Amino acid sequence: MDAGGRGDRALGNNSENLIEIVDLKYSRGSRVIFEGLNLTIKRGEVSAFMGPSGTGKTTLLRLITRQLVPQHGVIYFDGLDIATLNQRQLYEMRQRFGMLFQNGALLTDLSVFENVAFPLREHTKLTNRLIRHIVLTKLHAVGLRGAADMMPAELSGGMARRVALARAMVMDPEVLIYDEPFVGLDPISMGVIVRLVRRMNDVLGITSIVVSHDVAEVSTVADRSYLISDGKVAASGSPDELSAANSELVRQFMHGMADGPVAFHFEAPNYAEQLLGRDSE
Amino acid sequence: MRALLRDIYSTSHEFVRTFGAFQLFFLRLLQHSPRMLLRRPGLVVKQIYNAGALSLVIIMVCGFFVGGVLGLQGYANLARFNAEDSVGTVVALALIKELGPVITALLFAGRAGTALSSEIGLMKATDQLSAMEMMAVNPVRRVLVPRFLGGVVAMPLLVAIFTCIGLFGANVVSVNLLSVDVGAFWQQMQLSVAMDDIREGIFKSIVFGVVASVLAVWEGYNAIPTAEGVGRATTRTVVITAISVLILDFMITAVML
Amino acid sequence: MQQTRSVEIGTGLFVLLGMSALFFLTTQTTGGDSFSAAETYTVEASFENIGSLKSRAPVAMSGVTIGRVTKVSFDAETLEARVRFEIDSQYSQIPDDSDASILTSGLLGSQYIGLQAGGSDTYLEEGSEVYFTQSAIVLENLIGKFLVNAGSGGDE
Repeated sequence: MDAGGRGDRALGNNSENLIEIVDLKYSRGSRVIFEGLNLTIKRGEVSAFMGPSGTGKTTLLRLITRQLVPQHGVIYFDGLDIATLNQRQLYEMRQRFGMLFQNGALLTDLSVFENVAFPLREHTKLTNRLIRHIVLTKLHAVGLRGAADMMPAELSGGMARRVALARAMVMDPEVLIYDEPFVGLDPISMGVIVRLVRRMNDVLGITSIVVSHDVAEVSTVADRSYLISDGKVAASGSPDELSAANSELVRQFMHGMADGPVAFHFEAPNYAEQLLGRDSE
Repeated sequence: MRALLRDIYSTSHEFVRTFGAFQLFFLRLLQHSPRMLLRRPGLVVKQIYNAGALSLVIIMVCGFFVGGVLGLQGYANLARFNAEDSVGTVVALALIKELGPVITALLFAGRAGTALSSEIGLMKATDQLSAMEMMAVNPVRRVLVPRFLGGVVAMPLLVAIFTCIGLFGANVVSVNLLSVDVGAFWQQMQLSVAMDDIREGIFKSIVFGVVASVLAVWEGYNAIPTAEGVGRATTRTVVITAISVLILDFMITAVML
Repeated sequence: MQQTRSVEIGTGLFVLLGMSALFFLTTQTTGGDSFSAAETYTVEASFENIGSLKSRAPVAMSGVTIGRVTKVSFDAETLEARVRFEIDSQYSQIPDDSDASILTSGLLGSQYIGLQAGGSDTYLEEGSEVYFTQSAIVLENLIGKFLVNAGSGGDE
């Protein structure tokens, strides 16, 4: 299975590729996180980034939204090289994104209602009545209209994530990004979030990116998955294609095997030698 | 020896770099300040409340006792020269020129500064600042600038309140408990306190207000986004503010004398 | 909404309290420096010794502050101290043979210029010179004189 990089380079505004990453290199300090990474994300699909912990999936999200800048390579969003945007253009681009952070990242000093209203108050001059209307609609969509007056500290993890989803949608973005949306949720909340991800994508006709290592959940929502390992896209395709793949790494990851290409043991000197060496001292 | 030199070099290099980054940060705050003040006064008012109104109790209690102890010490020591009538002068000059601005700044760092640092540090640790970035809202402008401005506005007012309560405390101790004449207490004070002394106090309080607020905001913003990092940032806020305030106090006094 | 309200009230009270404290400090703790006049005229005088007189020191007549010292300098030709001070224009009828002396408020207080009215028909005006001056009493000189007198008294 060829690793990513098959997108047509010349992008028009109506191309079916919304995001294209070409030959990305990013390293933090001396540690190389991505090298030669190629990836395309199609309009209207739910794409999933999967991979073992520590492979930089969240970092990739931050690169796509230019919270981080790569050392090498180009990231196109809707045909634009995002590295060339100035501050204002960047903020204009970010308004087309909605992002759901791992723990919700609700503003702790504002109520649930004000949290959802926050982007509207910052970016629009709508009347209070209209804002109320929009916010309640979005809260209703995630089933939390009743919690509008609560403070973030009073919410459970799943509720906080749903409020954050309402907030991410309030400006009607074109792309919704979910960073580890399934981590640490009870089965019911998990089911709710899975349903929401799929429904938001189909009903609103937006593009979604999900970062996760929960194979089962991703399989139910994603149209296309990218398995990231060793700074590259190791495999990509629909969930079914991935589980059927015969690459050892993909098999290990998809089926949750303890040992394989990703070794169970962290790098260490020879076990027997180390033990014997200690003994002889 | 070589290693030592290299250590010294890298430490001082790092220090200069941090110092430069701090200056740029300060400029950025200033650059966004006028707009924030005009367009979103509500946000600033809320921070004046947090930095000022919530520090009021500690400022008033401490002011009263600092004034009281100055009254006691002043009385006891001036009595040796039969000059206990001058206790008003001593207390007023000490409070207006030095203790008012300095102690208020230290208390401010402990009460409001730590609150600011930990609040901002936690916002960073829980991705709230990144979330704002993603909502195309500049966190420096939306979060840091109002907090900075709130501190800058609150500080001179806190200093004035501290000083007044201190004078009142000294009055209670030396007039009501000891036997200094009320008239002598206030008249001696009025004769020797000049407008320049008050200006010096106000100038110091403004400078300290700016310094304490920037440092608190800076430490919070640059905190390592973990529970431990936020804790360390709050400690650093108090330590660095205290050192900066005391050094600046010496420099301002030396220049103004 | 309720919460914003209490924040606003708290802030308002705090700012009012701070402002009144500032007002109290600037009006009630200082008195000697209250001289301020819209229009003034400037007068000069030479003194043999000005003690510790500084600029901004008050100029008083019969105990009322009517002006303040603006400049203290040393005249290298006459070897005397030159003091320039301004007087509120509403006191324009001060005889030009008035006597200026440097006095001390209280035993250890700060020094100021006291004017003693003369009897002339012409008055001080912009640029006038006060000719009759009396130097500051310097404590060390006084003690010195006292000791000399006491010593010579013992001899007799």
